[in-house]
Amino acid sequence: MPAVSKGDGMRGLAVFISDIRNCKSKEAEIKRINKELANIRSKFKGDKALDGYSKKKYVCKLLFIFLLGHDIDFGHMEAVNLLSSNKYTEKQIGYLFISVLVNSNSELIRLINNAIKNDLSSRNPTFMCLALHCIANVGSREMAEAFASEIPRILVAGDTMDSVKQSAALCLLRLYKTSPDLVLMGEWTSRVVHLLNDQHMGVVTAAISLITCLSQKNPDEFKTCVSLAVSRLSRIVSSASTDLQDYTYYFVPAPWLSCKLLRLLQCYPPPEDGAVKGRLVECLETILNKAQEPPKSKKVQHSNAKNAILFEAISLIIHYDSEPNLLVRACNQLGQFLQHRETNLRYLALESMCTLASSEFSHEAVKTHIETVINALKTERDVSVRQRAADLLYAMCDRSNAKQIVAEMLSYLETADYSIREEMVLKVAILAEKYAVDYSWYVDTILNLIRIAGDYVSEEVWYRVIQIVINRDDVQGYAAKTVFEALQAPACHENMVKVGGYILGEFGNLIAGDPRSSPLVQFNLLHSKFHLCSVPTRALLLSAYIKFINLFPETKTTIQEVLRCDSQIRNSDVELQQRAVEYLKLSSIASTDVLATVLEEMPPFPERESSILAKLKKKKGPGAVSVTELEDNKREGGELNGGADRGPDSAAMAAKNRPMSNFSTHCHSGKITNNR
Amino acid sequence: LKTMRFMLLFSRQGKLRLQKWYTATAERDKKKMVRDLMQIVLARKPKMCSFLEWRDLKIVYKRYASLYFCCAVEEQDNELITLEVIHRFVELLDKYFGSVCELDIIFNFEKAYFILDEFLMGGEIQDTSKKSVLKAIEQSDLLQEVSCIQY
Repeated sequence: MPAVSKGDGMRGLAVFISDIRNCKSKEAEIKRINKELANIRSKFKGDKALDGYSKKKYVCKLLFIFLLGHDIDFGHMEAVNLLSSNKYTEKQIGYLFISVLVNSNSELIRLINNAIKNDLSSRNPTFMCLALHCIANVGSREMAEAFASEIPRILVAGDTMDSVKQSAALCLLRLYKTSPDLVLMGEWTSRVVHLLNDQHMGVVTAAISLITCLSQKNPDEFKTCVSLAVSRLSRIVSSASTDLQDYTYYFVPAPWLSCKLLRLLQCYPPPEDGAVKGRLVECLETILNKAQEPPKSKKVQHSNAKNAILFEAISLIIHYDSEPNLLVRACNQLGQFLQHRETNLRYLALESMCTLASSEFSHEAVKTHIETVINALKTERDVSVRQRAADLLYAMCDRSNAKQIVAEMLSYLETADYSIREEMVLKVAILAEKYAVDYSWYVDTILNLIRIAGDYVSEEVWYRVIQIVINRDDVQGYAAKTVFEALQAPACHENMVKVGGYILGEFGNLIAGDPRSSPLVQFNLLHSKFHLCSVPTRALLLSAYIKFINLFPETKTTIQEVLRCDSQIRNSDVELQQRAVEYLKLSSIASTDVLATVLEEMPPFPERESSILAKLKKKKGPGAVSVTELEDNKREGGELNGGADRGPDSAAMAAKNRPMSNFSTHCHSGKITNNR
Repeated sequence: LKTMRFMLLFSRQGKLRLQKWYTATAERDKKKMVRDLMQIVLARKPKMCSFLEWRDLKIVYKRYASLYFCCAVEEQDNELITLEVIHRFVELLDKYFGSVCELDIIFNFEKAYFILDEFLMGGEIQDTSKKSVLKAIEQSDLLQEVSCIQY
């Protein structure tokens, strides 16, 4: 197609655009633009009043310049003047300008609102639509104040043309989203709902967007829409592809409307009325059936439209979570898509299955696909798809497959995108704790996390492993041994040093009998990492050292020598210096009894909600819905996990109760605090 | 509240040809978002899926000849139907310009906005009948230089 303006072609504009395209450099472009801006400025200020066509042309040029990315600080007045032209294209450009370059000057706003008011009351449908568009595009509070009461009237008036009704519905929707307090449906409610029965499909399509939004905020007031929506959906789904004529899209009847109807129904619980419910279930079954039929067209648009409806129907089935038959069928359909040629479908199937995984009716069905999902995690080329697979593994995890899933996620973590590592770490940590039967597996998993993705292991994660090791006698020896081995690695992550320092400080005695991990060996190992660590880690290590002096008197001299050197007691960091000085003094003047009391083994931590879960919820936002549901299901001790033990039982805790000194509280939470 | 947040059209060289924003956003934020997003989408390979997560939104995109059509929707939105929204828009442009190409959109940018506005309002589809939308657009063209009769 030739590159000239179509229709009323503003030649000057086309020439200007050509000039810009021909500029060889950014500087040349800016020069040309400034020249034009100066020209336009002088024309606007000039003595001669500009005719409509010229004004339109210059305003359009300004718009072009703005959209290129340059600032425009004039032209608003001229654009507003164009609004009162009775030439359509001039009005149109005026409206376009002010919609794009929104100005908060109150005088301009007043003039704009005036022009809109005139066009709205002009009874000329094209002008009315222009005005409604402008309101929808700008959607400012001032516009809402001026027009929110007028638009519902236009929407339901008998003599309003269909095209205007469509625009009015969506305009009202925009205003409702930005200024809900100014849009009072009250007397209009039933008539707006009734638009669902309109004969014009375009009106229904537009109205339903409005109704869906209103229903979300005021479900009771709009609940009559449910049976109307079901009827409408039923008629569409059972229609032949020739029935709906222009609303059929590549042999799929009214796909947008179908999706919107299904979306509207997700604002409500399943219909109470038996007949309505029956009709709806029939609809959903028909949609699921159609997915199995051979396609009517090879074009991707046909399958996209058809599958868009299918996925929305599955969303509704999941939302209801009350028809086991439908849930299982949905799961099977998604299972088929998991192996589809098209990447988009595999992606959507993985995503959709995530939500299915948390329903008790379909959880087991979802689990049967574990091998396919693991395969996706390993082999999909698109990181988006791999991430959906990881999410699904997390969602389908329970006692029966936790070890397998955690192993796969750890292995995935080794090569995962940096942007997703932190979330993966949190998820693995949560699963490992939730499903640990054998806590040595839990300890291994967390230490592996630190080894593989140390940078992304947040404080919540390593505090948690320490809390658990402190609280569980049965894993303390294993933890000490494992951490000792992990520290042997030449380049181990600082988080490993933190965990290792703390655990050896508390439980190093459990492995000190073996000559390979004798007290001095442990000390030297820790101290070899000392100079590589940040201040908080060094502070933690110093605390470990004083604990060693208590546990292993034979190390006293060596450790005191270390504490005594200048780099410790005259360290420029206040915390480190203080610790070194105080620990040195303590080790010299305290008797063994006093030392033993002060540096007694850390008492168990009180049972509390995992902060890791809170962190994940915060991170994921709406996507964490399935996680929360999952947690609730699991907490209720459903068949999924046979009543998980969330932590140490209180009997074990009582046995370990011993008096705490001030000193211990300082180290208690594992946090390095600067105040005592 | 499910909604389309914005739609962008840009070339392989990273030139923005159309930008429609459906929520109030500061100019400098728009510029940053456009830069970020263009970089991410242009780096995608052909066989990858048409959806990706970006910030708290979902991006649905498709390439037609030299132009990328890119929509940002909310997380819970229906991705496949959004792909077809893009396709319908391309069909409308195609019908209007007759085998549309990037140059048409460059030189008739204001027409591209008008067509988009006839089709989507506030990020929602107004009418899904191709005939109706085209008729509305053509009607506007007919009203060019002619003063309108007062109804």
